[in-house]
Amino acid sequence: MIPEGSLLAAHDLRKTYGATPALDGASFSVHPGEVVAVMGPSGSGKSTLLHCLAGIITPDSGTITYAGRELSAMSDAERSALRRSDFGFVFQFGQLVPELTCVENVALPLRLNGVKRKAAERTALEWMERLEVDGLGAKRPGEVSGGQGQRVAVARALAASPKVIFADEPTGALDSLNGERVMELLTEAARSANVAVVLVTHEARVAAYSDRDVTVRDGRARDLEHAV
Amino acid sequence: MSIGHTLLGLLESGPRHGYDLKRTFDEKFGQDRPLHYGQVYSTMSRLLKNGLVEVDGVESEGGPERKRYAITDAGITDVSQWLAQPEKPEPYLQSTLYTKVVLALLTGRSAAELLDSQRSAHLRMMRILTDRKRKGDLADQLICDHALFHLEADLRWLELTAARLDQLAKVVAP
Repeated sequence: MIPEGSLLAAHDLRKTYGATPALDGASFSVHPGEVVAVMGPSGSGKSTLLHCLAGIITPDSGTITYAGRELSAMSDAERSALRRSDFGFVFQFGQLVPELTCVENVALPLRLNGVKRKAAERTALEWMERLEVDGLGAKRPGEVSGGQGQRVAVARALAASPKVIFADEPTGALDSLNGERVMELLTEAARSANVAVVLVTHEARVAAYSDRDVTVRDGRARDLEHAV
Repeated sequence: MSIGHTLLGLLESGPRHGYDLKRTFDEKFGQDRPLHYGQVYSTMSRLLKNGLVEVDGVESEGGPERKRYAITDAGITDVSQWLAQPEKPEPYLQSTLYTKVVLALLTGRSAAELLDSQRSAHLRMMRILTDRKRKGDLADQLICDHALFHLEADLRWLELTAARLDQLAKVVAP
């Protein structure tokens, strides 16, 4: 059931909120270094799929396998540890800690993983340079533009050398020029570091930065290019 | 695109040979569709006949004769008028896609599958253009962006139509 060589794979996921099915037999897989766009209309279940894949919510049934390990067999603590060590996250907005400077924000996942402050901030600055926001280290999130803040968030997602980045509408709050630059930098950095990206978006121009797209409709994921 | 006006515009910076015109056109505007030599020469003879260009000189340099063309005042006016005239917006009312969807519904075939496979083909093309944009210069980026926005508009129509298929089925195949 798990596609060969995949890093993260889900099979026949079902999730219901009250009487409403959010996922109804969804399957999905992503390989190391691959960028997969998850598309679909509002309410189709694409964000639920992302949250299940990232171990944030637990599906009612179905299996999710990450690097050969079954997510449902892990304890909450184990799943949290996995999210910290192997996963990175980029959301639409509101993800940076407003009290911390940008460099402290980027260094945060490393600090949570036990890296000392100086070393963490050095690594953070390297990533900020790649995302072209190295001049903003001392500023707080409230002092930078939306596009800059999103690049800081991408740098933070990449800083702890994750294996998978989950990006939920990462350009949703940006104008098209800034959005495209964020996508360019995110996909370039991820591909060169062999990081897989699960990208939830309803925008085709954003999805066009992926290697492959999967459409979620009525809680089911369809991969048209790889359909059997 | 009006090849005649474009070639005329290229002549505004100074006289050029037919070959030089073709090369510059292909470089700046040709992309995947370079001009044929025949197109250049037939266009130039039409412009010549209409008094929009004139022959500035003929060289042979041991080979066949090569005419050098120069733009006339009438030619410059023609280019100005063309640039000032807005292009007619194309509303694509006779869309092949719409016809295919309606025919699928009328004949009991799956219109949803048709829309899905079209969507997939559009996204594939968008991915190719995005890649080309990423590797290209500013001119490439602008050309690809134009195509990408049009494809995106199509895709939005495909999404909307997919969401309204049941409604459409009742209308076209009662």
